[in-house]
Amino acid sequence: MTDLISSSPSGGSGAAPTDAAIGVLKETISPKQMAFKRYMNHRAAVVSAVALAIIVLFVVLSPITARYGVNESIFKAEAGRPNQNLPPSSQAWFGTDANGRDLYSRLIYGTRVSLLLGLFTGVISVTVGALVGAIAGLKGGWIDDLLMRATDIMLALPLLVVLVIVRGALRNVSWVETIMGESTSVRFLVVLLSLIGWMGVARLIRGQVKQLKEREFIEAARALGASTPRIMFRHLLPNSIGQLMVALSFAIIGAITAEATLSFFGYGPDAGSGMTSMGLLIRDSKSAVPAGYWWLVVYPGVLLILVSLCINFIGDGMRDAVDPKMQVDA
Amino acid sequence: MLRFITRRLLWAIPTLLILTFVVYCALRLSTDPLASYARSNPRLARNPEKRAQYIELNGLWPGFSGYVRGYFQWLGGFLTGDWQPSIKGSRPVWPNLKDALINTIRLGAVASIFGITIGLALGVFAGLRPGKLRDSAVNTGALIGFSIQPFISAVLLQLLFAVQWAKWFGKPLLPTSGMYPAGHQGFDLFLMLKFMILPVIVVSIQTIAAYSRYMRASLLDVMSSDYLRTARAKGISERQVLVKHALRNAMVPIVTIAALDMGFIVGGLIISEGIFEYPGMGKFFLTAEANGDFPELMPWMVIITASVILFNLLADLAYAWLDPRIRLD
Amino acid sequence: MSEIALSIKDLRVTFKTLLGQVQAVRGVSLDVLPGEVVGVVGESGSGKSVSFLAVMGLLPKSAQITGSARVNDIELVGAPHKVLRKARGGEVAMIFQDPLSALNPVHRVGAQIVEMLQAHQSISKDEAKTRAIELLDIVGIPQPKDRARQYAHEFSGGMRQRVMIAMAIANDPKVLIADEPTTALDVTVQAQILEVMERVRRDLGTAVVLITHDLGVVARIADRVQVMYAGRAVERGEVLPLFEHPSHPYTQGLLNSLPHGGKHRLQPIPGAPPNMLQPPSGCAFRARCTFAIERCAEAIPELVKVGVHETACIRAEDLELNP
Repeated sequence: MTDLISSSPSGGSGAAPTDAAIGVLKETISPKQMAFKRYMNHRAAVVSAVALAIIVLFVVLSPITARYGVNESIFKAEAGRPNQNLPPSSQAWFGTDANGRDLYSRLIYGTRVSLLLGLFTGVISVTVGALVGAIAGLKGGWIDDLLMRATDIMLALPLLVVLVIVRGALRNVSWVETIMGESTSVRFLVVLLSLIGWMGVARLIRGQVKQLKEREFIEAARALGASTPRIMFRHLLPNSIGQLMVALSFAIIGAITAEATLSFFGYGPDAGSGMTSMGLLIRDSKSAVPAGYWWLVVYPGVLLILVSLCINFIGDGMRDAVDPKMQVDA
Repeated sequence: MLRFITRRLLWAIPTLLILTFVVYCALRLSTDPLASYARSNPRLARNPEKRAQYIELNGLWPGFSGYVRGYFQWLGGFLTGDWQPSIKGSRPVWPNLKDALINTIRLGAVASIFGITIGLALGVFAGLRPGKLRDSAVNTGALIGFSIQPFISAVLLQLLFAVQWAKWFGKPLLPTSGMYPAGHQGFDLFLMLKFMILPVIVVSIQTIAAYSRYMRASLLDVMSSDYLRTARAKGISERQVLVKHALRNAMVPIVTIAALDMGFIVGGLIISEGIFEYPGMGKFFLTAEANGDFPELMPWMVIITASVILFNLLADLAYAWLDPRIRLD
Repeated sequence: MSEIALSIKDLRVTFKTLLGQVQAVRGVSLDVLPGEVVGVVGESGSGKSVSFLAVMGLLPKSAQITGSARVNDIELVGAPHKVLRKARGGEVAMIFQDPLSALNPVHRVGAQIVEMLQAHQSISKDEAKTRAIELLDIVGIPQPKDRARQYAHEFSGGMRQRVMIAMAIANDPKVLIADEPTTALDVTVQAQILEVMERVRRDLGTAVVLITHDLGVVARIADRVQVMYAGRAVERGEVLPLFEHPSHPYTQGLLNSLPHGGKHRLQPIPGAPPNMLQPPSGCAFRARCTFAIERCAEAIPELVKVGVHETACIRAEDLELNP
């Protein structure tokens, strides 16, 4: 009868079995790295990130990249040298507008305004929305019900309608303008859009939290005595980072679009000092259509589409990176 | 089922009341009917007696209790058909509103049918071969579609098909505003459709993008389900697997979404209608808002909210009918 | 004409994934005779389900399948779609673990059986309906006429599985593959389902492959059992002799880890199953095996006849294993 313990588990040589021998993976990949890898697989998202970075760089370096001031006419109107509505030329790469201003430079300034507006609104919306949504999702009860009912109403009405009415209502309450700035300022618009924007994010995060709440690691945290704020900040929100990033990208593009829509119909910012945004540029182009000044319409419009496209692709790429829906075949 | 419907309808009433009250307060605050009235009829407004009369007549008392009182006065008038006239020349609200509603429904119906059909077809096309070229193509297309907001595409298309076309070919290919040529009387299907082409394209871009994604997602969900594996294991033809099992199940959430979307159509075409000067609910809103015309805006809002609530109910009914797991009582 | 109902030879399945190639099945062979019940046992990841999904052709396109699997002399591996379709549900049928998700929730149960019938037999809708009700009766569903018009969610777990069985035997297949049919059910209901399957085997002469991780189920109705580990068969033989005298350390480990009515402490097998991205050289079990020697790392052991079993342990003759 053989000695049952004559050979050691390691094969008798005394050395520990190598990882390869027992089939253990040498390197482990963290979820973050996997997500990054998946994102880089998404060609369009990568291209968009680069493109957006280029645009942002251009805009940030506006003192260098812009050729004229935002309200500066190209050359003084002289007899025989008209400067209104000129098609693209070497002096004005994208042509001029009705006031003789260089469209190219104005487009850079306008994009800067829109991007900043989008960024601020996005960050505020997501921060507020995430907090409210997390609390509602965790606590449940009447807070949750109230949130859902209120946002149901707001989200059921057309966005433009809600924005316009709320804007009007805020303007007519005296103390509001001291906080939010004049109703024609960009600051006002940022606050207004954030006031409406956080709701979508809140619903999203609430849903996410409700799902996570049921997972065992939350139960375990509770069993170990974790308080609610700790659970929220240490466990729930870090696990939702992916969703938050996606929500942020869509909030930004939502804000830029909303600003453009509002400006288009005359409800946008207009300090009158020649300051412009992408929306305002498109609004100004409305009158250029019948006259056929195509450059005033095409350049701002196409750029807005491009920026939207980039942000949309980035958001989509992030969403796939964080939450792949199907088996990816390499 | 009947119990479910009656219960929902009964619940809809207080919901509508609360909603319309909130809307009432918001609108009054926003449009300041008194000031608007004063702007449109300066002479009358300066007369304190006429002013007081106007306030009494239209329930425009100040303060919160004033708002509540005003709301109930408005409600009474609204329900009995005794609507306040527009501030513009005191013309009655309903006839214009009714026409606007019909026009929007026409445009919305055409755009929806066009957009949803194409969108669903693309979604199926993509969902059948996930991860392959056609899937990425449709997905990319959808994102591009989302990025092309109606007001941008409207302006660009107007430029292309009307102005530029005229420059190149003499006269514009497609009309850019209104529902019929100016001065046209009566109903003409061909003309109406011709004028609808541009607005429909503009709206459809978004619809196609959205529905192609919905269908693709729903189809992917279904394709990876256990019962689809069982269906294949049964050895039935691939076409049957697709139609009787995959599509049939994938359509359930889509129908629900579509039903909900229908509810939003009446208020959802504001931008397109504004740009193309199409005389629908959107244009109605824009004009009324610009004038601060409270008596026109309130009924408009009521129709919008009622439509949303009604189609919410229809969506639930449709869902229950399609998916026997949902029990309705 | 061979008498073998299902004949699998050197079946290999590899999946392409983001992280590399996963070798899920690394050379499995098995012959099943008509009327025989073969239990296929193993841990999660042993390749037991994947093997038979491959036979049915139900794996995603990213799976590469080589080898041979013949049912009634029809080759299924690499077969054209038409051949595969005819075989599925006709010659070889499969039932799955969770009958609630395996049945289409929006179609009535009777209609799903009718669909199965009409896919392989040219009978009218009415004939099919009658036959469907008969089948429900055969598997022991009371009031079959009424229940045929109900939906899957209106049945209890055990009843649903009976419906699945009824659907599977509708066309009198030569082979019935049951993938963990009792795992999702209560113990008492398990016994009933096994009894139904036993009846099916007896009355229809169907060959049954019963995939499970539950040794008790195997002991109950299987004639032979094949133990799988890391994508290969490690031991095979008649049930009772194998359980009494296992000749592979893994089988012994499995038997040891069963609770023995509170008498001994539980003895789990130390370690974890290997990662199939980079399978170990030689015998896949050697890292967890108390009897491993240097030679175990040299070559992947084949199944050899040792006494009444077939086993894939090179030391089988030397060791005497007691469960």
